[in-house]
Amino acid sequence: MRMARQKQPFLIRGTHWANLFLLAIMAGSGLQILVAYPFLGPSGAPYAWYPFQGTNPPRALAIGHWLAGARHWHFAFAWLLVANGLLYLVYLFASGEWRRRLFFPRRDARNALETVLHDVRLRRKSPESVGLYNGMQRLLYTATLVAGLLLVLSGLAIYKPVQLPHLTALLGGYDAARAIHLMLLAALALFTLVHVVQVLLHPRSLVDMTSGGAVGPENPP
Amino acid sequence: MSRTSRRTFLVSGARTAGLLALGASACDSNRPHAGFLGAMERFNEGFQRALFDPNRLAPELSAQEETPLADFPQYKIGDDFPLQPAGWVLSVGGLVERPLQLTIDDLRRFPSTRVRVRHHCVEGWSAVASWDGVRVSEIARAAGIDRRARYVEFRSFEQGYYSSWDLESALHRQTVLAYAMDGQPLATEYGAPLRLYSAVKLGYKMVKYLAELKFLPVRTGGYWEDQGYEWFAGV
Repeated sequence: MRMARQKQPFLIRGTHWANLFLLAIMAGSGLQILVAYPFLGPSGAPYAWYPFQGTNPPRALAIGHWLAGARHWHFAFAWLLVANGLLYLVYLFASGEWRRRLFFPRRDARNALETVLHDVRLRRKSPESVGLYNGMQRLLYTATLVAGLLLVLSGLAIYKPVQLPHLTALLGGYDAARAIHLMLLAALALFTLVHVVQVLLHPRSLVDMTSGGAVGPENPP
Repeated sequence: MSRTSRRTFLVSGARTAGLLALGASACDSNRPHAGFLGAMERFNEGFQRALFDPNRLAPELSAQEETPLADFPQYKIGDDFPLQPAGWVLSVGGLVERPLQLTIDDLRRFPSTRVRVRHHCVEGWSAVASWDGVRVSEIARAAGIDRRARYVEFRSFEQGYYSSWDLESALHRQTVLAYAMDGQPLATEYGAPLRLYSAVKLGYKMVKYLAELKFLPVRTGGYWEDQGYEWFAGV
């Protein structure tokens, strides 16, 4: 089926850039909150697997000056982040955009593997074009949606561990949820790094994400 | 650059600077109760009040889960831990029918409650201890609180430390005036002779070295709250 639509419709672009702004504030204020107790694990029993026990995050990345300020930033902008995420999800499903963006193993797994093999020069033939995104992009972008959802849920668990007991228990308790929250931030930061490198290699995508890109068929003929 | 485009550029630049200034004043980290941050604190208070269920109890933990005493952090706002004054009593007043002056022996005659739940500090650490004491709701019943009372202010004999609570959280079944910790009489480092302990608030709301408890129609602030920390601070 062919559909005439922009590569990046207005709502996708809007929520994408709002997300960048909001995530930067959430990450910065979150790191300033971490400064108050830069350990993972309950008092007296820090997690052995965490390599940065007692290490403060870089000052330059922190937002909010001090614990009280950073908490206010964090809990104020969290709602805007959630609202932006909900707007994106509603649009994603209502518009049918999910079909060309989400990862479906049967459709995309093979292409994802071929793309990676091609990128690391283990496969000469470039993978078949499968529309707006290749399988690997779909996998990563879908993973960030899952990570975003888990970030919000783990955040709620450490914000209200007593009033949301089932959520907190599901994540392994307060301290586990706090660790998950930070690890998800690290994963998203890593994704962002890869994402920015990819965009620099394909600058056209930056133009599309800003101005929308050409209206064209879903799949090239 | 043509004149119009230069003007457009200058106007949009000024507009951006204006928006940034507005944004900065709305989000002033040194005045978190004001502006957008303050408005969102009030929004979050509404969220927390809606989420709060007076009948929901925090899980009671086992003795094995207690944090070794040496790992349970101690806090004070001055240079030294404050010592219990001679002739110490707890004053209960404000909107009550019977103002009370209670000694530790008086408090021990009330039904005793043990609370062993996870403690959540605003800094991010958690720890577990067991706390024996009297429910604030028992004291409220003994004093006979007026229906106009909506808030409770807890004052310390530690210079300047206090906090005020919404009545619902104060009357929660896991909110106690504790005189013992891990089965031992409360040590000076943890608030002797009497401290507030609760499952439903962050640590800084749990006033140590208690001197006075007042039921009030309006909220007051708190030692940390007045400096910018969140007032409701439920968990």
